[in-house]
Amino acid sequence: MTVGMQMRFSALKILAEGLTGNKGWTAHWRDPQPKPEYDIVIIGGGGHGLSCAHYLAKEHGITNVAVLEKGYLGGGNVGRNTTIVRANYGLSGNSEFYSHSLKLWEGLEQDLNYNVMLSQRGIINLCHSDGQRDAFIRRGNAMVNQGDDAIFLTPDALQKMLPFLDYEQSRFPIFGGLYHPRGGTARHDAVAWGYARGASSRGVDLIQQCEVTGIDVSEGKVTGVQTTRGPIRAKKVAMMGAGRSSQLAEMAGMRLPVESHVLQAFVTEGLKPCIDHVISYGAGHFYISQSDKGGLVFGGDLDMYASYAARGNLPMVEHVAEAGMTLMPMIGKAKMLRSWGGIMDMSSDGSPIIDRTHIDGLHVSCGWCYGGFKAVPAGGHVMAHLLATGQHHPAAAKFRLDRFRSGRGIMDEEATGSQHNLH
Amino acid sequence: MRIECPICGSRDRREFYYQGAAVAVARPAPDAGAEAWDDYVHLRDNPAGWHDELWHHEAGCGAWVVVTRNLTTHEIRDVQLAQSVKEASA
Repeated sequence: MTVGMQMRFSALKILAEGLTGNKGWTAHWRDPQPKPEYDIVIIGGGGHGLSCAHYLAKEHGITNVAVLEKGYLGGGNVGRNTTIVRANYGLSGNSEFYSHSLKLWEGLEQDLNYNVMLSQRGIINLCHSDGQRDAFIRRGNAMVNQGDDAIFLTPDALQKMLPFLDYEQSRFPIFGGLYHPRGGTARHDAVAWGYARGASSRGVDLIQQCEVTGIDVSEGKVTGVQTTRGPIRAKKVAMMGAGRSSQLAEMAGMRLPVESHVLQAFVTEGLKPCIDHVISYGAGHFYISQSDKGGLVFGGDLDMYASYAARGNLPMVEHVAEAGMTLMPMIGKAKMLRSWGGIMDMSSDGSPIIDRTHIDGLHVSCGWCYGGFKAVPAGGHVMAHLLATGQHHPAAAKFRLDRFRSGRGIMDEEATGSQHNLH
Repeated sequence: MRIECPICGSRDRREFYYQGAAVAVARPAPDAGAEAWDDYVHLRDNPAGWHDELWHHEAGCGAWVVVTRNLTTHEIRDVQLAQSVKEASA
């Protein structure tokens, strides 16, 4: 099996394959046996792990790398989210990071030669009170200062763009909206597959059905991992297990400042195009966009109790549906097709952690809360930088593991700083 | 999900507010030091299994209860008044 087997995707190739029975397509990545030793082992074959592997190989030339995935590539949260991409944060620490990520998104399809169906359709966050309007304008200014885009829309301007909203709800009338034109959506599975292909074609081993069962530490230094496919030695290990981060950390004798919660999402039957943007309701937890297949993809709040069950309970289904109907009564006639839950590693300040640990060579990326998808390019990029250079990337320099103890939390998205589900 | 309140009996989950892991029943002493307090405020076991957690019966009797719940199945094994748990561990 050769590394350089990768074909290039192009319009011409699609045309040629279409005319010859589509017999020339090949597997997008290799399926190797694990080697006994690697320079770097990444635990978790989701968006962040695959992205990290891709950038390690492409930008740092480090290819003696394995990504260990207990299930199948892209089978976790990267395939279970609502696909939103945005850089609309207001606090230093997060602003520069998500700005970095959005720029990587904008070049991703060229970088990967893979269609991730990035659609910068614009995100509109609605506000429903004077205070919320002031806060949104302030956040918009912060976004502009960061170099990203934000436009405050008055109700008149909104009504031209989104005529189907209920502007005169007696309880929560719409005061305006913060419009982030470069935000949008991407095809989540394709993001995982594109990164997997990028990493694999440069020599990274993507090893599926390989669950890590132990992390080997000797004299304060990580030496490798135990897996269901045997022991693997490694000079460096990166734990990128999202909702399962605490179980990985426990193998290294660590506790993390995260609690895992379930977040539900929903999709309706396919409809003709009717919602052009990503829209969020500011007076209840509800956000929505329309997929390219036509389904309305929407979600709301956490179920609000710790869970690894990857499925939610009915009270939150009811709450999300009520909020949606309040905001846009027209969706009431759409039939809900499916719902699912993903496991969110909720940090106590609402911001992620990308850092070394006290164990030499052992690194951790966690605390992605319910926003890990938009961070996939940058999350992998900055972890690759940290693994390769030993230095924190400037765009992620504040995501330190010790910031909770030191009091330098990054409390965005209405976090409280001590209760893991309150943001 | 239904929770068996020791005072009110079996009640809908919506009557309860979830606070988090039941760390507050073993709160460190005020002078326990920065590490103990960091541990108490931020760090969590977060097990994929049985978990002691604090719920508040806010739309019922107002009691704080310790619920022992399995985080992978949502099965509830035990519910105790937080006061009793705290006294038993004292």
